Amino acid sequence: MSYGTTIKVPFGPQHPALKEPEYFLFEVDGDIVVKVTPRIGYVHRGVEKAFEQETYLHNLYLAERICGICSHAHSTCYTQTVEGLVPLEIPPRAVYIRLIMAELERLHSHSLWVGIAAHEAGFDTLFMYLWRDREMIMDLMEEISGNRVTHAINTIGGVRRDITGEQATKIKKFMDKFEGNVKEYMKVLETEQTFLKRTKDVGILKPRDAIALCAVGPTLRASGIKSDVRADDPYLAYGEIPFNVITHDGCDIYARTIVRCEEMIESANIIKYALDHMPEGKIKVPPPRTIAPNESVGRVEAPRGELIHYARSNGTNKPERYKVRAPTLGNLASVCQTLIGAHVADIPLILAGIDPCFSCMDRVIITKKGE
Amino acid sequence: MSLFREAAKQIFRKPATLKYPFEPGIVPPGLRGRPVWDMEKCILCVLCQNACPTAAIKMIPKGPDAGIEYHLDRCIFCAECADACPRKAITMTTNFELADTSRSRMVQHYKKPQPAQSQTQTQTQAQPPKQ
Repeated sequence: MSYGTTIKVPFGPQHPALKEPEYFLFEVDGDIVVKVTPRIGYVHRGVEKAFEQETYLHNLYLAERICGICSHAHSTCYTQTVEGLVPLEIPPRAVYIRLIMAELERLHSHSLWVGIAAHEAGFDTLFMYLWRDREMIMDLMEEISGNRVTHAINTIGGVRRDITGEQATKIKKFMDKFEGNVKEYMKVLETEQTFLKRTKDVGILKPRDAIALCAVGPTLRASGIKSDVRADDPYLAYGEIPFNVITHDGCDIYARTIVRCEEMIESANIIKYALDHMPEGKIKVPPPRTIAPNESVGRVEAPRGELIHYARSNGTNKPERYKVRAPTLGNLASVCQTLIGAHVADIPLILAGIDPCFSCMDRVIITKKGE
Repeated sequence: MSLFREAAKQIFRKPATLKYPFEPGIVPPGLRGRPVWDMEKCILCVLCQNACPTAAIKMIPKGPDAGIEYHLDRCIFCAECADACPRKAITMTTNFELADTSRSRMVQHYKKPQPAQSQTQTQTQAQPPKQ
């Protein structure tokens, strides 16, 4: 039903959907959203400028702090970019350790997201179960790297800690259990009416729109488009490991949930395969102190989608320019499109649907004329 | 139905959460907690100061205060200093309960034992960092 006139509803910077600040201006006609204007930049931290003032080794810890959830993805991308500048070949065992950490991180990020989606849809029981399992993954990562969130396991030229045989057995044992659990939760998600009613046909993103608006990651794959940096442009050891790129034709929130659940199962299998096929040898090669003038781009499939880092060196021990393009920036345009036509009550769920990480993304300040 | 089964199982299981401040937290052996300096081994070589990404370590090279000034409030527990130390004088402890209400209390001085001083004084000065 149309009311003929629209009302502007400000949403944020502090809002009920997420814990991060971001501002959206919704124009609503009755209960239906007709226009969305995002205003980004509330968590701009000047990360890129800070990169230019520190050495390559110190910047590693800055890169890790761009995002809390995908800290390993950022540090992997940073090390890849800097190793591309040198160029530096890292030992095969280090490659596998980085990959195992990256997949563990994907598991914890996806279980976090599915938990949040269940919570936003009003299904808190599943949220609790998923987060219980996530905590065990965090414990595994803590045991391997020495910290829950900022793992600091990567370094330029390899990794800093090895995975022992004991840890490998523990991870494999947990992966079997976790895979079983995720399959159980998927069964629940596929049959639970409260969840289906909230997510089916909500937040439709057509494949054509997804491509036109540069969606990335699980959001794009849930629109039926097979795109994954791990398969398209294999980095680390993804070229040697068999895995499927999960897609779903649903184009809605439900499809995004299922894609993430299936990716969790896929990741668990990748970890088990990688642990079995991990080569022996050293884990680190010494990096150079200064880097000759060069340019490099690193691409990594972070849990949220394609992450791009760009670096330019100038012969000193500090980068001349560093640029980060976080996956949320790619997904933001698509989510604004998705919100049009949605009910006001579905806004939090749709916004959470892209797994946004605004502090990852906010690197832009738009200065208007005269301000 | 499977959730019901899970809930029924949980009755006989131990809770997944800890009553943390009343129960001790579970700490894995490799946890990177607060770093401590062994000043007997330290040679004041500034490598830890240079390695620190957050300028949490300041070396005082000479004088009666010669030693290491460690700022806990700036530390990000990356263990770069421990890796950089040529004498392995820095160890990362598993101590993670480091919160305080004052920043000034979070600065710690590790003094280099003075050769001219008597034995007892050297020991008392070396004692706090070892805890």
